[in-house]
Amino acid sequence: MRVVIAEDLALLRDGLTRLLQAFDFEVVATVDNGPALLPALTTHRPDVAVVDVRLPPTFTDEGLQAAIQARAQIPGLPILVLSQHVEQLYARELLADRAGAVGYLLKDRVGDVGQFVDAVRRVAAGGTVMDPEVVAQLLVRRETKPLHRLTPREREVLGLMAEGRSNAAIANRLFVTEKAVSKHINNIFGKLGLPPSEDDNRRVLAVLAYLNA
Amino acid sequence: MDPGLDVLRSWVRPRLRYAGQGLLLALLAATAHVTLFVLSVVALVCTVLGVGLYAVPAVTAAVRRLADLNRRLAGAWTGVEVPAPYRPLPAGAGVWRRYGWVVTDPATWRDLLWLLLAMPVNLVLGVLPSALLLYGVEGVVGVPLLLWRLGAWYGYGVIWPIDGAFDALLTVPQGALIALLGLLVGDHVRWLQACVVRALLGPTRGAALRQRVQQLTESRAETVDAQAAELRRIERDLHDGAQARLVALRMSIGLAEQLMTRDPEAAQKLLAEARETSARALGELRDLVRGIHPPVLAERGLDGAVRALAVALPIPVEVDVDLPGRPPAPVESAAYFAVAESVANLTKHSRARHAWVRLRHDRGRLTMVVADDGVGGADPSAGTGLRGIERRLAAFDGTVSVTSPPGGGTTVTMELPCELSSPRTSPSSGTG
Repeated sequence: MRVVIAEDLALLRDGLTRLLQAFDFEVVATVDNGPALLPALTTHRPDVAVVDVRLPPTFTDEGLQAAIQARAQIPGLPILVLSQHVEQLYARELLADRAGAVGYLLKDRVGDVGQFVDAVRRVAAGGTVMDPEVVAQLLVRRETKPLHRLTPREREVLGLMAEGRSNAAIANRLFVTEKAVSKHINNIFGKLGLPPSEDDNRRVLAVLAYLNA
Repeated sequence: MDPGLDVLRSWVRPRLRYAGQGLLLALLAATAHVTLFVLSVVALVCTVLGVGLYAVPAVTAAVRRLADLNRRLAGAWTGVEVPAPYRPLPAGAGVWRRYGWVVTDPATWRDLLWLLLAMPVNLVLGVLPSALLLYGVEGVVGVPLLLWRLGAWYGYGVIWPIDGAFDALLTVPQGALIALLGLLVGDHVRWLQACVVRALLGPTRGAALRQRVQQLTESRAETVDAQAAELRRIERDLHDGAQARLVALRMSIGLAEQLMTRDPEAAQKLLAEARETSARALGELRDLVRGIHPPVLAERGLDGAVRALAVALPIPVEVDVDLPGRPPAPVESAAYFAVAESVANLTKHSRARHAWVRLRHDRGRLTMVVADDGVGGADPSAGTGLRGIERRLAAFDGTVSVTSPPGGGTTVTMELPCELSSPRTSPSSGTG
């Protein structure tokens, strides 16, 4: 699988490269600044890109901007955005094109190697991966009335769904059967008034769009 | 009701009030000014006899009350406050100190000068609008009436003597014009009087600077204190948090190294623990960084940071930001934390269902308004939150005010004088 990496700190860039190579990714380009990122994405058209939000020269959010622009040119170009902090605002912007194949994770998650590589693969496969922190922030919006009606278990399932996990993965995590999970999911969709859907990606988008409203 | 009449009434009524106010000041000039000036002079002369030690401060207090009344009026009339320039009374001052405090304050002598000068000014100017009005009314009503009764009159307006019915009739338009003039001059008279008050009763350059120095000394001391407290907090957080966790991390890794060959299973457990500890250290560092300078503020400026703040709140918040550029970094940071603090307060206390945040920059001032539709009744003097905002903004000469009627929601208005840098060319606006 071909990857483009954008990260300005050499230590992290090399670490990411080594990590992904160890899991049989082919790193076709590494970029250490904002202006070089967009051309790298559009010429290499990687299977997935791992992009730091904050890059030189302005050290603001040019990684995020380049990601959004690249996806405007190549719809659905899989990009996983990494950051030292997560903002719902940024999550919303990344999800705005509703094309899927997008991820937004704290840099810390790189430490959980297995889960991180799994997230990269899921984004490459067209899935949506949101950091648990983003999901947690969404779920504390107490006033979002319909969420009151969810049972604690259903909230748990909703959180894992928003992180982009499949029914099987959720079942595994919660030590229940897949059938139980899909029952929970049907209940959630019913309580939130969403049309049921088996497609992972559409599912996450629907949930996030609903929570963001 | 005839709308034309309404307009006329709303035009005439305030002008009649101006004339009344003029008369009041004239009356004060003829009574209070004269009395207080004479008393002041007598009291000062009596210093020789010792009585003055008590009399001078007493009379001065009365003079200052009259002066304060005039400052308030002048402030209300011109819309620009006239601050009192008096020096503060030293604490625990005895008779001598009190006397010294009064006579060494230049404002005392400027008050006396004002008492004297304002006497003729207020008398003449104050009476003018009413006199013109009365004379005008006399021309419209009185003169034709008297002529009709008596058949002769000395004269009116520009016609002396009045000779015959035609001359008598001419007094009517003249009178109307003069009365109109009386109504028209009222506002200008007030303005002139306010100018006199401002010139003589306002603080001199020296006094204004002294007050400013006082204010700056206070706000600087508070800023330094707040900064020191902030540094202590950061130090404590690092010491008890990330630093301690890194120590634990080193220990776990060191131990794992030792165990690697002897007991690989235990080593693996230690490494898993180390990873967990590093995650917690990272979380703590992230929270700390957010408290020092939120990353989103660095990345998106005030606009984006306030929006990011609003998205994360449990209630819907309407954000309306229109800033043509970015304020200097320290001001931006103070503004952000002030808004964040107000928003935190409202989510904690107001029980609001909806909130608004509005940021504008106009004539060198950044105005931030945070409003909600909650229970209101917030007491600005009670919480520490508002005090914190005040201190943060005071460092930049900013101000905060709160209106919070019970049941009527709460509105926090904050102002910061600052200039905006030229607009940042946003990478998002470029076409890719």
